Amino acid sequence: MNENLSRRNFLSRGSAAVSAVWLSAHWPAIVAAAEHAHQAAKSSAPDKFQFFSPEQAAEIDAITARIIPSDETPGAREAGVVYFIDRALLTFAVDNQQTYRDGLAGLQSRVHELFPAVEKFSRATPDQQDKILHSFDEQGAGGGRVFRSDPSASSFFETVRLHTIVGFLIDPDAGRAGNRDGVGWKLIGRDRDHMFQPPFGHYDKDYAGWQPNPPDAEKTKA
Amino acid sequence: MRPDTPKYKTSDEVDFVIVGSGAAGGIMAKELSTNGFRVVVLEQGPYLTEADFVHDEIKVLTEDLLTNKPKLQPTSFRKTPDEKAKPQRALVYGRCVGGTSVHFTANFWRFHEIDFVERSKVGPIPGADLRDWPITYADLEPYYTKVEWEIGVSGLAGASPFDPPRSKPYPMPPLPVKGSGVIFERAARKLGWHPFPAPMAILSQPRPGRSACVNCGFCLAFGCEVGAKSSSLAAAIPVAEKTGRCEIRPNSYVHRIETDSNGRAIGAVYFDEKRNTHLQKAKAVIVCANGAETPRLLLLSANKQFPNGLANSSGIVGKYLMLNSGGVATGVFEEQLNDYKGFAVSRILHDFYELDPQKVGFHGGGGLDARFDITPVTFALGGLSPNTPRWGKAFKDALANNFTRTMEVFGHGTSLPVETNSFSLDPDLKDAWGLPALCLTYKDHPDDLKLSAWLSQRSLELLDAAGAKQKWAPPVSEQQFAVHLLGTCRMGDDPKTSVINSDHRAHDVKNLFLCDGSSLVTSGRGQPTMTIEALSFRAADRITALAKRGEIT
Repeated sequence: MNENLSRRNFLSRGSAAVSAVWLSAHWPAIVAAAEHAHQAAKSSAPDKFQFFSPEQAAEIDAITARIIPSDETPGAREAGVVYFIDRALLTFAVDNQQTYRDGLAGLQSRVHELFPAVEKFSRATPDQQDKILHSFDEQGAGGGRVFRSDPSASSFFETVRLHTIVGFLIDPDAGRAGNRDGVGWKLIGRDRDHMFQPPFGHYDKDYAGWQPNPPDAEKTKA
Repeated sequence: MRPDTPKYKTSDEVDFVIVGSGAAGGIMAKELSTNGFRVVVLEQGPYLTEADFVHDEIKVLTEDLLTNKPKLQPTSFRKTPDEKAKPQRALVYGRCVGGTSVHFTANFWRFHEIDFVERSKVGPIPGADLRDWPITYADLEPYYTKVEWEIGVSGLAGASPFDPPRSKPYPMPPLPVKGSGVIFERAARKLGWHPFPAPMAILSQPRPGRSACVNCGFCLAFGCEVGAKSSSLAAAIPVAEKTGRCEIRPNSYVHRIETDSNGRAIGAVYFDEKRNTHLQKAKAVIVCANGAETPRLLLLSANKQFPNGLANSSGIVGKYLMLNSGGVATGVFEEQLNDYKGFAVSRILHDFYELDPQKVGFHGGGGLDARFDITPVTFALGGLSPNTPRWGKAFKDALANNFTRTMEVFGHGTSLPVETNSFSLDPDLKDAWGLPALCLTYKDHPDDLKLSAWLSQRSLELLDAAGAKQKWAPPVSEQQFAVHLLGTCRMGDDPKTSVINSDHRAHDVKNLFLCDGSSLVTSGRGQPTMTIEALSFRAADRITALAKRGEIT
């Protein structure tokens, strides 16, 4: 039996009389399904690299750790972002392989140029690493709302930045070896549950209920 | 379990072949098969089901699980017809059974009376060809009600003083209010505006085979895992299939409508998954392929008899495209909203639906909504203020603080119909099947840009009244990416200035009907799907009546 169909039938059993309380009481079946997905994602987490050499992986890992650093809370390193990227380069980001190959070479030159005494990026101090990365970052601050932007980034730095962010915050149950143990979502405060009930936060918890508008509205307020 | 559905032979002349299974096509299939007709629906995308709808932002947003595929279906863009178009991603639409209704936000505003008669009311507008509809709000009202009851819309009748008259209340109460909705409601009232619970095509109560919304938080751009979002996939197609007269044929890319020597449509030509070509014969063809692909299909169907494209004697197929204007402002608050939980929108307002051009200095109107529709990766890439560093500790700290404390106020408004704004066939660019790609030509009417900026200002004003700690709005810029695809085969009584009549019948081809966003004469105030679905219910009634009287073939 298709698991999803049974889940759907389960959810809609009864009728309008089914309350949110009833649903939540019966939710463990759904949670079990989610947990199953989670375990599947976990067991498929890679422990070795398929694209990077160990040396390359150390360099990439060091970059991701400056993009989302580890401090009192976990960063890209704890989220296993380098493993996510390694796998990405063999799957959805296969077109970026050359960007990484060329970029790693360019990184090495830049390290020598800026800090001749430093052997490689991963051996530099965090301050030196930031200086090196800033030398690649042409955009500085700035975002803007992305509805559906072009996911490909042009430069090596932009590509690693993009992949680090995606690897840190992707659904941990997506089976992509990113956001290990959900540490990225934990950082931003996103619960891993698949279902939520109101009140959701501070502002709706004391909402007194809908009160009608006064009937005297004028259509043009301008 | 899906019921057994018929498998029609392509040589079997069915009553109707419907191109597209989205908001309009799904309802058309449901209505016509329920009315006893034999129907084949040709859908270019795959037949996905709830089990396929995951929260994986790479699969959904980067690999386009549910949407058109830029690698297979490249597009181009230019601002005006005298420019050479450059290849770039120019639009997004649903490419799966259920179409765009699978991933939409589900804001289900009815159009108001003004949207149908605006031209008569405001007169001509320089640089635009604004026209009245051949039908009125009153003609469409029963069909809006049908959408609400048969497809499933949550809302509160009478909550907005600006609402047009309605014959029935909503079938179910509004969805719960979110933190963004509470903040919006309080601030709007402070300003003397009239917020109200958003009408949403998402179930607040379960229906047979469908769950009420479980607030999973992956809503806009994602498919619903529990059938709570009232897509055609969840709400219309199962009914069509249950009749035993409707075949949904996925992975079928229609690229030509075949006509005979009498100028009658005889069926739709499509590529199957293996790129073999077939002609599905039918007594009549109904194109519901969206406001970009419908005109493209007509233009691709050009032949000796119809040298400018099928149903294009007016020369306006693909023209008068309207994308809707709008502006967004973002606010960050002291305490946690956790607005990532749930659907996108719980409160809206329509105080600015009809602005007075004498007072504001431009034509148009719109509404505001309170929302948070951004999933984690998308938030990190575009949800922080423009002066936040893009990486490093300050970036990380901003992510940690803001994700749960952010909301947006989104303004949605009119676009004026401008002849040069269009979808056309790119003369050089080809898709993966070797057919001419879509070219988007678009330059917002100056009034649309002024309206967008005006709505942005109102959004900031609201966030200010709400006490946001931080707020910003990106500057309004000309659009070059299409989401709402409206007006490209518009309806009208005059065959010189419209493509279809009020029965959705092409003026030039007796047994060809078009129904989707392309049919719209005006853009409404930013939320077109409700109207597209009401039109589809109405068109199905008209087509049924014509067929029963033997007036189609």
